[in-house]
Order: sequence, then C-alpha cells, then structure tokens
Amino acid sequence: MRKTFAKTLVELAKKDKNIFLITGELGYGALEEFWQTLPKQFLNAGVSEQNMISMAAGMAMAGKNVYVYSIIPFATMRPFEQIRLDLCYQNLNVKVVGVGAGFSYSMYGASHLASEDIAIMRSLPNMTVVCPGDPLEAKFATIASAKHKGPMYLRIAKAGEPIVNPELKHFRIGRAVTVRQGRDATIIATSNLLQNAVEAGKILKSTGFDCRVISMHTIKPIDATAVLKAGRETKAIVTLEEHNIIGGLGSAVAEVLAESGLKVKFKRLGLTDEYPKIVGSQKFLRGKYNLNPEQIVKIVKGLK
Amino acid sequence: MNKISFLKNKAKAVRRLLLTSAFKGKSGHIGSALSTVDIITALYFKVLNVNPKKPKSPDRDIFILSKGHGCLGLYSTLALKGFFSVKHLDKYFTDNSLLAGHPVYGSLPGIEASTGSLGHGLGMGLGMAYTFLGKKQKNHIFVMLSDGECDEGSTWETIMLAGHLKTNNLIAIVDYNKIQSIGRVKDVLDLEPFADKWRAFNWNVLEMDGHNMSEIVKTLNRAKLSKKGPNVIIAHTVKGKGADFMEDTVDWHYLNLTPELLGRALAQQQ
Repeated sequence: MRKTFAKTLVELAKKDKNIFLITGELGYGALEEFWQTLPKQFLNAGVSEQNMISMAAGMAMAGKNVYVYSIIPFATMRPFEQIRLDLCYQNLNVKVVGVGAGFSYSMYGASHLASEDIAIMRSLPNMTVVCPGDPLEAKFATIASAKHKGPMYLRIAKAGEPIVNPELKHFRIGRAVTVRQGRDATIIATSNLLQNAVEAGKILKSTGFDCRVISMHTIKPIDATAVLKAGRETKAIVTLEEHNIIGGLGSAVAEVLAESGLKVKFKRLGLTDEYPKIVGSQKFLRGKYNLNPEQIVKIVKGLK
Repeated sequence: MNKISFLKNKAKAVRRLLLTSAFKGKSGHIGSALSTVDIITALYFKVLNVNPKKPKSPDRDIFILSKGHGCLGLYSTLALKGFFSVKHLDKYFTDNSLLAGHPVYGSLPGIEASTGSLGHGLGMGLGMAYTFLGKKQKNHIFVMLSDGECDEGSTWETIMLAGHLKTNNLIAIVDYNKIQSIGRVKDVLDLEPFADKWRAFNWNVLEMDGHNMSEIVKTLNRAKLSKKGPNVIIAHTVKGKGADFMEDTVDWHYLNLTPELLGRALAQQQ
C-alpha cells in the first residue's frame, strides 16, 4: 500500500508542480522515485518532525500543496501541537501521511505501533481522516487527497497488502464502500483490516451467513448514512481496526448508532486499551485481539 | 521632521494604543508587548514592503509574531498603519471580538499566522522563506521570537534546518528583554553564549539596541540586504519599555493596568 501511495504521488506531482513532499528522514524503499525524478518538489527535513509540520504550514501559506511523510507515531504524535495549531487551527492545505498502520511495525515495539493515531487525528477540527483498506483504495485516496483543500491525515499500511476489492470504481472521501452485501450482520472495517473483513465475509457466506462488509476508508467525516443503513437492515454490527478500541473507527460508528435510536447489537474489535505485552508478527498480534478471519467469524456469529 | 523622529512619534502612538487597549480589555502581557514596539514600528513604517490596501499582495514582505502573547504591539501597529480600523482594538480581549490574546491567522488583514504556543512561528517562516526562494521571489520573511521561546526544542530544529538550507530571505529577530514569564532568563534557563549558538547553526548574527530607532532601521535593512543568511538580529530590549513602573520587571508579564497606572504610562508617551 505504501508503494502504491508513493507511485501515485509521483504521477500526481509530475502533472502538478505545486505538490511538494517533505519527509522526516524516512521513506527508504518507497520515496526514491519521487526524490530522484522530482528533486525540486522534495525536501528531507531531517529527523525533526515538529519543524517539518510548521514548515509545511508555512509552505502551504505560500501556496504549496504539501505532503509530509513519516512513520505514524512520528508523523502524528511527536508534532501533535504543530498539527493542531499550524495545520488545523489555520485550516491549511497539508496532508500528513503516516506509514505503518496498526501493527505494520509489529516486531519493533509500541514506539512504532499506530494504535491511537485515528483517535487523536479525528479529534481535531478541520482534519479529514482517511485510512485506505487496500492498494486500490490507497491509489484513489491519494488522488482525492491532492484535490482536497485543507488538512488531511492519510493512514497507510506497508505489509504488501493485496487488492481485496478489485471492483472499486468510484471513490469519494467520506463515502464508505460496501464490498459485500448482506442482511444478517455487518462488518465495518478500516485501514489494513479490510482484507480480514472480506475473508471473514467469505467464510460466513460459505456457512450460510449473509454478512455485509463495509470498507470505512474515511473515519472523518464518518459515513453516517452507511452506518445507519447497516443498523436498520442488519441485526448486528462489528467494527474492525488495528487501533485502540477507544477513539477510533469503533467509537466513530458507536457515536452514530448511539444517537440514532436504532436497536442493533454492536461490538468493537481492536486493541483492548493496552500496548501489546508480547512481540510477534502482524498476524500473531491480530490473533491476540480476535482480529484474524476465523476469530471474527466466531464473534459475528455469537452476536446474532 | 526627519525619518527617525517620524518613527519615534509613531512608536509613541503605538504605545498609546497598546496601553489603552490593554486597559480596556484588562489583559496582561503588557511588558512583553512594550519591548517589541520600537522594532515593529520600524518594520511596518520603514522596512517592510507592505501595503495595507493590498494585504495579500503576493510579493509583500511578511512579519510573523512568533511570541504571540505580545500581540498588542502588532495589533496596534497594524491598526495605526491602516490594515484595520482602530475600532477593533477597542474590542480587543472582550466578548464578540476579532482580536484574541494571541494572533489568529486571517482574523483581520495583516495577521500573517496564528501563534500563541511558542516555537511554531520560525518554522512557518522557514516554510514561507523556502517556498519564495524556490520561486525566486525577492520578498523577505521576518519572524520575531521571544527569548523564552528559545527554550523550545522546535525552535532549534528550525534554526538547524534554516542554517542548512541557507534561506537568506529569512530574518529572525529575538526580543531579548532578558525576562521570561516568571523569572529572568539567566536564572531560568540561560541562553548565553546566545550569539555563538546561532553562529554554530550557520546563521549570520547581528545585534542591536532594540529601542534605538536609528540603529533598529539600520540593522533591519542590513539584515534585509545580507546574502550571508539566514540572519538573526539579537535585539537587546527592556521588558515594559516606555512605562517606567514596568521597565525590567518580571511581574509586568502578567499584571493589569489600573486607571492611575494607565494615566501615568500614557503621560510618558508624549
């Protein structure tokens, strides 16, 4: 997904000289084509994320369409106040690209995990939060980001995710994608858990359980229409995210449901408000939090 | 009237507006604003290429007050220069006002950035300066920092990158009044050897008496013409300058004016 983002941004920036990319000294294996082919639209700001965000704000004030790039905690949490004041308070055209959604850097410890980023970014006025679920969504999201005016957080995974929804033709920020129709229950997934949601949907179907699968690639603004439709038409909703269950996709969906008056069974799956106590691969850690397809299937069936 | 007398009179007018607005709004940070007045007056009435009738002109020079708490010096100067009506100053720090206790980008013409949290303004200035250099524009970015602001790590991140990028259209001015919010700089977190620190980060360093108008104009223009940049002007100033009971006191970072003290301070601006 990361390479798709980088490749798409190169194509966009070749056509639009106003696009500018700043990295905080990261992007090995992903950004080379950009800095080699578009050196005048690229800056490595060094390992200094606070300055990187303030500088991006200044460049946007001078008319540039700026992308800043780092691993998620360093892109979003280290310079949080710069994002809050310089980007969001001033409502500037800067896209914060965070790489390493959820457990992408699972072996590296919580310093590199992205488990609170959605909650933090979603709380900021003027901020749009987009978490593509596969490389095709990442491509569409990157194209949409270049046209979007205002601060945006783009959450990118990097495990070589497959395209799970090749049928995708239309992408709009804030409009969820229904990957599979269904009447019995709904799985709403975001970011790199879309694949497991689709897998779970297939397994459920094979057992005669008709489960809707929604890709909620935009967490803010949340697609309330899609959530309410699922709440009316299906009996249970399960949310999937490689993120703390506090403040992320699950919370955003819960907010819509709680204010709707709808009666629907509901379960959030994600990190249960803790830093993983044990090291392991992405798949291993997903297993610790019931995020692998077989586990999801069991939970969805148990809810009904 | 020669140019320096003209500027000195403007600075007195700025101080009168500043003191009256602070009194009406019952706001603090008066000492922090007064130390900036002579420099900001020289910038807007002599050095900056700005036109209040075209506040968004793409080739304008840009001034960012990174020490946003000193906003009254900037607001009063902008009003006097004609960027917005003095009536806005009457409402400063009151209900339903456009002027907050720290500058807000776009709230009124001439306010070029939102500041208030220290350690942001120089980075934004670097982003502007770097962009304009890339476009081969001739305009300059001036950023005024407080001395206390130089405690912030983010300030030094920017100083390091600006030195590396050689953005000679970026001019930092440090309002070095030697007093931060609750103590003297040398006691809280000593900045010395301050000029050497900037030099070590590849900045060209100029120093000036921040209340000597002819020296201010000369130094600002030297920085503007310098190709050795980025340039920093360490401006030796006095907190509360112009009101004898405030000068070089720690407390006037926070205190408010009484009617008697306002009268005494205004009498000193004739």
